[in-house]
Amino acid sequence: MQQRETGQGQAPAANQAPAVDQGGSAAIEVAHLVKVYKTTRAVDDISFRIARGSITGLLGGNGAGKTTTIAMIMGLVLPTSGSVSVLGAKIPEQRYDVLGRMNFESPYVDMPMRLTVRQNLTIFGRLYAVKHLRERIDQLAADLDLTEFLDRSNGKLSAGQKTRVALAKALINEPDLLLLDEPTASLDPDTADWVRQHLETYRKTHNATILLASHNMLEVERLCDRVIIMKRGKIEDDDSPEGIMARYNRDTLEEVFLDVARGRVREDTP
Amino acid sequence: MSEIVSHPPRAVSLQRINAMVLRYWYLLISSWPRLLELIYWPALQIVTWGFLQNYISQASGFFAKAGGTLIGAVILWDILFRGQLGFSISFLEEMWARNLGNLMMSPLKPIEFLLSLMIMSLIRLAIGVIPMTLLALFFFGFNFYAIGLPLIAFFCNLIFTSWSVGVFASGLVLRNGLGAESIVWTLMFAVMPLACIYYPVEVLPAWLQYVAWTLPPTYVFEGMRSLLIDQVFRADLMVWALVINAILFAASFAVFLALLQSAKRNGSLLGGGE
Repeated sequence: MQQRETGQGQAPAANQAPAVDQGGSAAIEVAHLVKVYKTTRAVDDISFRIARGSITGLLGGNGAGKTTTIAMIMGLVLPTSGSVSVLGAKIPEQRYDVLGRMNFESPYVDMPMRLTVRQNLTIFGRLYAVKHLRERIDQLAADLDLTEFLDRSNGKLSAGQKTRVALAKALINEPDLLLLDEPTASLDPDTADWVRQHLETYRKTHNATILLASHNMLEVERLCDRVIIMKRGKIEDDDSPEGIMARYNRDTLEEVFLDVARGRVREDTP
Repeated sequence: MSEIVSHPPRAVSLQRINAMVLRYWYLLISSWPRLLELIYWPALQIVTWGFLQNYISQASGFFAKAGGTLIGAVILWDILFRGQLGFSISFLEEMWARNLGNLMMSPLKPIEFLLSLMIMSLIRLAIGVIPMTLLALFFFGFNFYAIGLPLIAFFCNLIFTSWSVGVFASGLVLRNGLGAESIVWTLMFAVMPLACIYYPVEVLPAWLQYVAWTLPPTYVFEGMRSLLIDQVFRADLMVWALVINAILFAASFAVFLALLQSAKRNGSLLGGGE
C-alpha cells in the first residue's frame, strides 16, 4: 500500500493548506484503487487523501495512470476495485450529490465550436444552476480576459483563448473541487503563466481544492503544495515539491521526474 | 457573487433539460446548412412520391380509390425516420464536438439528457415535416391534417418508436465511439421492409408477418391504410402499438444505461473517437 498520512518534506508555505491531509475531512480519498483495461493495469492499488484547500499535482510520464485516476475520481471511469470518495460522497454511487460542487478541464474534451463563448458559458451555467448567471459570466470574462471574445464562436478562438474559455467553464459554478488535466498544455509561456496565476488566486479566494495532472514540472513546482508521482499505475513518491527534491538531492522537479522515469536510485533507498 | 441553486440530487431538473435544448437550438440556428438539411430531404421525398402517386392513380383503379395512401405513408415514414435522426443527430453533435465529457461531469443526469434529445427531435421534426405536409397539400391536394384525431395516435406511436431506436443507437455510439456512427443512419432502415409502410402485412410470407407484428410502426401503417382506404379507424391497432412501444422504450432505456455503464468500465467516455 502506498498511502501517505504525513508529509516528509518542508513545511508548507504560509496561507497554504498542509501538503498532506492530516486525517480530517479530506476533499478526495482514494483507497486501494485499481483499474485494469483488459490486460493492462492502468492504475495499480493506489491510495491517498487530499486535504481541502490544497493544490496537488499528479506527475508522471505518458501511461503513468494520471488521467485514469482523475477520471475515476470524477466517476467517468469505473474502478476495477478500490474506493473513491469526493467531498464526502462515495463515487460513483453518490456522485450526483457532489457534481454541482466540482468541475474539470481536460484536453480530451472541447467546448462546442459553433457556439459563442457566451452561449457555451450560459449553457454550462444553467446545467450547474448558477444564479445571477449573466453577472457571473461577465465577471469570469473580466477575470480571464475574455470580454472581447464573448460573442465570438469558440471555433474562431486561438488555442490560448480556448483554454481560458475552458477554464471559465470549469470555474462557472465556483467549484470546491477543481480537477485539471494538463491545464496549460499547448499554451505559450505567457498564457500558461497567466492561467497558473489565476488558479492560485482562485484557490486562495475560494479555499478550493485543486488536483492537477501535468507534465510541466515548473508548473507543479510553482502551484502545488504536494506532488504525487505516478509510474506504471503505481505511486512512486508523494510529498511536497521541496521534500521530493530534497530526497532525490535534486534542484528541480524535472530532474526528479527524469530520475523516476529512468529508474535511477533514490537518495534514501538503502 | 453567484450562487448555486440547490436541487434535490435525485430530482429531474427542468432547468438542465432547458439548458440542453437551448444548446441544440443555438447550434441549429448558427448553421444554415443544418436547417436546410432538415427541410431538403423531406421536401424531395414528398415531391417524388407525390408525382408517383399521381401517375399510378391514373393507371390503377385501386390507387384512384385509395387516394393519398402513398403520400400519407411517405409522411408517416418521415415522422418515424426523422424523429429518430433528430434524436440521434443531436446526440452525435456531442460526440463530434467532443463535449460529452463536459456533460457527463456536469450535474446533467442521463434521463435529463435523453429528455432533451426527445424535445429536440420534436423541434427538428416540426421544421422538416410541416413544410412537407404543406407541399403535399398545395402540389397534390393531400391534406395530411384532415386525418384528424387518428393522426395524434399515429404520431405518438411513431415518435415513441423513433425515440426507442434513437436511445438504443445512441447507447451503441456511446459505448463504441464514432466508429458505430453508421448505425445511427441505417438502423431504422432495418425496420422499413417489415413495418409494411407501402404495402399491407398480408404481402409478407406468413412467418415474417409474425415478426412484422412485433413492430409498432406496422400497426400504424395498417391503421393508416384502414383509415384512408376503408374510412375505418382501428383503435385496437393503436392500443397494441402503444403497448409494444412502452415495452420497447423501457428496454431501450435499460440498454442505454447498461451501455453507459459499460462505457465507464471501458473508459471510452472521455475519448469518444473511433
